[in-house]
Amino acid sequence: MVSTKSDRKLVVIQLSGGNDYMNTIVPYTNGLYYDNRKTVNIQPTEVLDIDGEYGFRSHMEPIKDLWGQGDVAIINGIGYPTPNRSHFRSMDIWHTALPDDIGNEGWLGRAIRELDPKGENVLTGVNFGRGLPRALAVRGVPVASVGNLETYGLFSDISDDSSRDLALETFAQMYGNANGGDAVMKFLGQTGMDALKGADILSTAPAKYSSTVEYAADPLSQSMRSVAQVLFADLGTRVFYTQHGSFDTHSGESATHQQLWMDVSAAIGDFTADLKEHGREDEVAILVFTEFGRRVKDNGSGTDHGSGGAAFVIGSSVEGGMYGEYPSLKEQDQLEGDLHYNNDFRTTYATLLEQWLGLEAAPIVNGHFEQFSLFKN
Amino acid sequence: MGLRDTKLMAHLLRRAGFGATHIELEDYLQKGYEATVESLLYPTDSDHMPEDIIRRYHVDQSELRQYDAAAANWMYRMITSKSPLEEKIALFWHSLFATGYSKLNQARSLLNQIDMFRQNGLGRFDTLLLELSRDPAMIIWLDNDQNHRDAINENYGRELLELFSMGIGNYTEEDIKECARAFTGWTLGNVEYMAMRASKDSIWPYGRIAWHFGYRPEDHDDGEKTFLGETGNFNGEDIIDIISKNDASARFVATRLFQFFAADEIDDEGEKVVEKMMESYFESGYEIRSIIRTLFNSDYFKSGKARYARVKCPVEQVIGTIRLAGSYQKPDLGVNEVASQAFYMGQGLLIPPTVEGWHEGAEWIDSGALVERVNFAANELRKTKESGVRSIIDRMSVQNGHALTPNEIVDLSLDLLGSVDVGENTRTALVQHVREKGDVDLRNTSPGDESERRVGELLSLIASSPEFQMA
Repeated sequence: MVSTKSDRKLVVIQLSGGNDYMNTIVPYTNGLYYDNRKTVNIQPTEVLDIDGEYGFRSHMEPIKDLWGQGDVAIINGIGYPTPNRSHFRSMDIWHTALPDDIGNEGWLGRAIRELDPKGENVLTGVNFGRGLPRALAVRGVPVASVGNLETYGLFSDISDDSSRDLALETFAQMYGNANGGDAVMKFLGQTGMDALKGADILSTAPAKYSSTVEYAADPLSQSMRSVAQVLFADLGTRVFYTQHGSFDTHSGESATHQQLWMDVSAAIGDFTADLKEHGREDEVAILVFTEFGRRVKDNGSGTDHGSGGAAFVIGSSVEGGMYGEYPSLKEQDQLEGDLHYNNDFRTTYATLLEQWLGLEAAPIVNGHFEQFSLFKN
Repeated sequence: MGLRDTKLMAHLLRRAGFGATHIELEDYLQKGYEATVESLLYPTDSDHMPEDIIRRYHVDQSELRQYDAAAANWMYRMITSKSPLEEKIALFWHSLFATGYSKLNQARSLLNQIDMFRQNGLGRFDTLLLELSRDPAMIIWLDNDQNHRDAINENYGRELLELFSMGIGNYTEEDIKECARAFTGWTLGNVEYMAMRASKDSIWPYGRIAWHFGYRPEDHDDGEKTFLGETGNFNGEDIIDIISKNDASARFVATRLFQFFAADEIDDEGEKVVEKMMESYFESGYEIRSIIRTLFNSDYFKSGKARYARVKCPVEQVIGTIRLAGSYQKPDLGVNEVASQAFYMGQGLLIPPTVEGWHEGAEWIDSGALVERVNFAANELRKTKESGVRSIIDRMSVQNGHALTPNEIVDLSLDLLGSVDVGENTRTALVQHVREKGDVDLRNTSPGDESERRVGELLSLIASSPEFQMA
């Protein structure tokens, strides 16, 4: 079954802290890699080969399997002009699609506004985790943020139904008419009403779900399970968001980075299996991104903030392969000791928005960008 | 003492502390506004729950290795302290110098840092930066133990300038490197001991001692450095002197204090207060206490403009509600869950998302966080057996020789719940809620009675209101 653009979903996994690109897609046949990574490296014997030249780091077997099925697009050398090595600023740039100015609208928030211009469905975008990432934040665009799907809802501890209904009614009255106040009060009022509506609908999802897939216990796997539950409940959600970390491996990188990629790979593998079990794999594309790559040289036990990294787009509809170019490791080609980016992150955003979600990309990503051909026809 | 004094005092305590109960407000009002400000600025006797009492109940509080035990430990302080500004200023610095547990694996060091904020948080800014640069939790968090004479690690040097003092745009990449060079050799003093202890671990009954600071002159780069236009064989102390006397630092500190204690958004009038605070910064020799005094005594702070102009951060929401309810006054294993509640609302104490801390102001609010805030506050204030709720009910019942009408009980509840102001719309909704079941008769009731349960429900709904999300 080929999906139509109206039932396609985007699942975004943010790797917070700056994932080390060179130790994820490892240039293990390049001597310069081992020259620069004297201690923090992946040995050739551990690498999971991609194409005879590059390989996934160890413990990424589930993603390697998906690669084998042609479902993984690796976007090499992704970044933006004038790299900023501050986590905060760099993540902001990725979230707002604005490298030069301070933006206050998230690119996915804008996409949600286009997908649901009248704000009819408060669940068009759902974040799994605590606190809303800026990528999803646009004033007036409702996005549900769900910590634990099983217990989500207002006054869920009031056991007596009539008392709870009465409390919910009063809540609706307080928040539904809070528009007389200042901007923050209005925002609170709107958020309260969105929470009320969203919780009612979301609370139905876990009961409808059944699957043979057993997700791991780490937070990312649990979030991906919740994504599957909401997706299968057909609540009209088009954008799902979650994050994992911290990838800020200044020290002790070898052990930490391995564990993180075990988590991410297993979560993606299990989620994909769940989609297939339910015959929904054609509807979903997964974007995995991070705010920046790390320095070419290691610092003896980890790696410092760099630029130029990798993103992944994964799914049955994805045309698997290597996109962009792996940046040169030669010293003269580096940018202040970092890999030089060669494709703007907004190229990938624009591709996902237009070719996958069927939206006009330019107003969302603040300009026109060349696109990849990331999807099977 | 009129209603206006009470409202102003309640406002001050929501900012300088975690809000005040009706009984506490009466005491503060006896003292008067400016005397209260002074007593808050000079914490003497916090009379918080003693450590030995806590440990009797929590085995995990002896070792303090895990962050949830440590966060609970700090929560006890915030819940029971009689010197609320001491805890509030520690929370301010923790939000600004956001240090996380993830790389430490020992939360005791993090609590030591919080204690350092208690001791220095109202004192001189340069002293505070010096202590911060020597703080083991910070050294590990931002890798200064990896910052060597022959191989600098610029993580701490960069964040010291970007996030902890002057802010981006006031220095160059070259300044960052020179700053990092000056802090080479500022490292941990007991690495070998900690490695040895880690290899034969037991968590009970006696834990490890904490990380401590050590300076290694042989690993310090003593060469000449040029930092912000000054040249010399600078060490870390010199860098902090140069940072502290810079206008950008004064502006940074004043702005952040204004946003934390006065209002999320700074308007033109607020900007004038910030400038006065900058003057106090220099006049007092960088003393934080003086800057805050200038703010609290300003007309702006006392005016309606600053009233409810901040979104409560989750910790304020959690602690404020608990202090009103009077729950968790004794050691209770459930307090670890209370620390998790703040995390669910978007603010995990001792586990900030990054070194940038949390996104504050209106960004605290999204539908998920709001659900958590409302559910938590509603649950606490429904507990009619807890001392805070009891004192509210007792006060209501003695004051009136008749059953309370919906209007009466709503106004009384708002007043007794730390003098909360709500808009007409919220008040109408609350009155209507009470009216559904008629007048409330509190004469000769006991906990668990229907009429008391209804008071709890009303207090819960006030805590669920949009106004209660603001400080």
